[in-house]
Amino acid sequence: MNFAIDFEAFLSSLPFMGKGMLGIFLVTSVIVLFVNALNNLPEKKEK
Amino acid sequence: MLDLLSNFATLEFKQVAMWIIGALLIYLAIKKEMEPSLLLPMGFGAILINLPNSGAQHIIDVMFRVGIDNEFGEIMPLVLFIGIGAMIDFTPLLTNPKLMLFGAAAQFGIFFTLCLARLVGFDLNDAASIGIIGAADGPTAIAVSMELDSKYIGAIMVAAYSYMALVPLVQPPIIKLCTTKKERLIRMDNTQGKQPSKMTKILFPIVVTIIVGLVAPDAVALIGFLMFGNLIRECGVLNSLSETAQKVLANLITIFLGITIAARMRADEFLTPDTLLIIGLGLFAFIFDTFAGVMLAKLMNLVSKKKINPMIGAAGISAFPMSARVVHKMGLEEDNQNFLLMHSIGVNVSGQIASVIAGGLILSFFR
Repeated sequence: MNFAIDFEAFLSSLPFMGKGMLGIFLVTSVIVLFVNALNNLPEKKEK
Repeated sequence: MLDLLSNFATLEFKQVAMWIIGALLIYLAIKKEMEPSLLLPMGFGAILINLPNSGAQHIIDVMFRVGIDNEFGEIMPLVLFIGIGAMIDFTPLLTNPKLMLFGAAAQFGIFFTLCLARLVGFDLNDAASIGIIGAADGPTAIAVSMELDSKYIGAIMVAAYSYMALVPLVQPPIIKLCTTKKERLIRMDNTQGKQPSKMTKILFPIVVTIIVGLVAPDAVALIGFLMFGNLIRECGVLNSLSETAQKVLANLITIFLGITIAARMRADEFLTPDTLLIIGLGLFAFIFDTFAGVMLAKLMNLVSKKKINPMIGAAGISAFPMSARVVHKMGLEEDNQNFLLMHSIGVNVSGQIASVIAGGLILSFFR
């Protein structure tokens, strides 16, 4: 690796940051909704 | 006699420097109890591999190829996930699922560090592998950097495990810098909410695997093994398997991984300016993870009636349970009746899931 400040490379990698964070929040939000739904399911009464 | 001493003549200064680094890792493991299960084998491995004409080099190389760098994939880190999954109790997270959002936010450091690594000249795959130090999760870092064929895996591992061990030193100043005293004093409701049913605990690992698999198929090996381990734990009929996965399996692989990582700690590969740069970037990853977690909590406080202590956002990094403990301790330092552990543990385990998802996303972008 040759140390060199490369603003173009920095800027071109920003979309990965956007996509990555969006992806994580998307997946996480679906999981949160799912867990909320599970927690609200009526519990089976023990006999 | 001269024959016996001939090996001395081949000793290089760089190798001695690696012994010192190895000794430092061993010291941190034993004296400071910082991730001893990994730092100790890594430290010893660093000495072993850097002896002149070391007969261990070949065998450690073979172990590395068998367990980590082989045509079938990164078997060992993935199998370790079964053990980790079996160790994690997701109950605090299932009780308060919105805590997962902090885990998601605290992965920001991964992606921002990727951009910083590009800024200083690393190529895309190496930059992504360096960014994954911010996952604060050793097996994820190993799996991702190996899959992306990074030549810096030794430095990445040393940085990842060292910073995980140094969480109690790295996080508090950042948390204090991002929060006001008033915010740090916020008390959170500690009454136990509705406990998740057994059905919820069993369905959780299965459904998380399906959701992640659908969105990020490259993450499914990582998350799938983690969740499989958790399913073994929660199903209630495989207690002996769960115990084996948590103890014997995890311990065996940890020993194996620790010593084989040393294969990438040869003096000529490790002692380069790049290593210093990677260690510096790793620190940025942890700083920005912490910053993003805290900031999300502050943001949520703007719209939420029930105030959240923003410090718990910092526990969203995966370093478990150190990060949760750090937040809890900081809460007590501000107010000795402010118990944040329940919330910070929930955020911390969510960070474990989120870091694996982030690793999978990185793979899907760059593989």
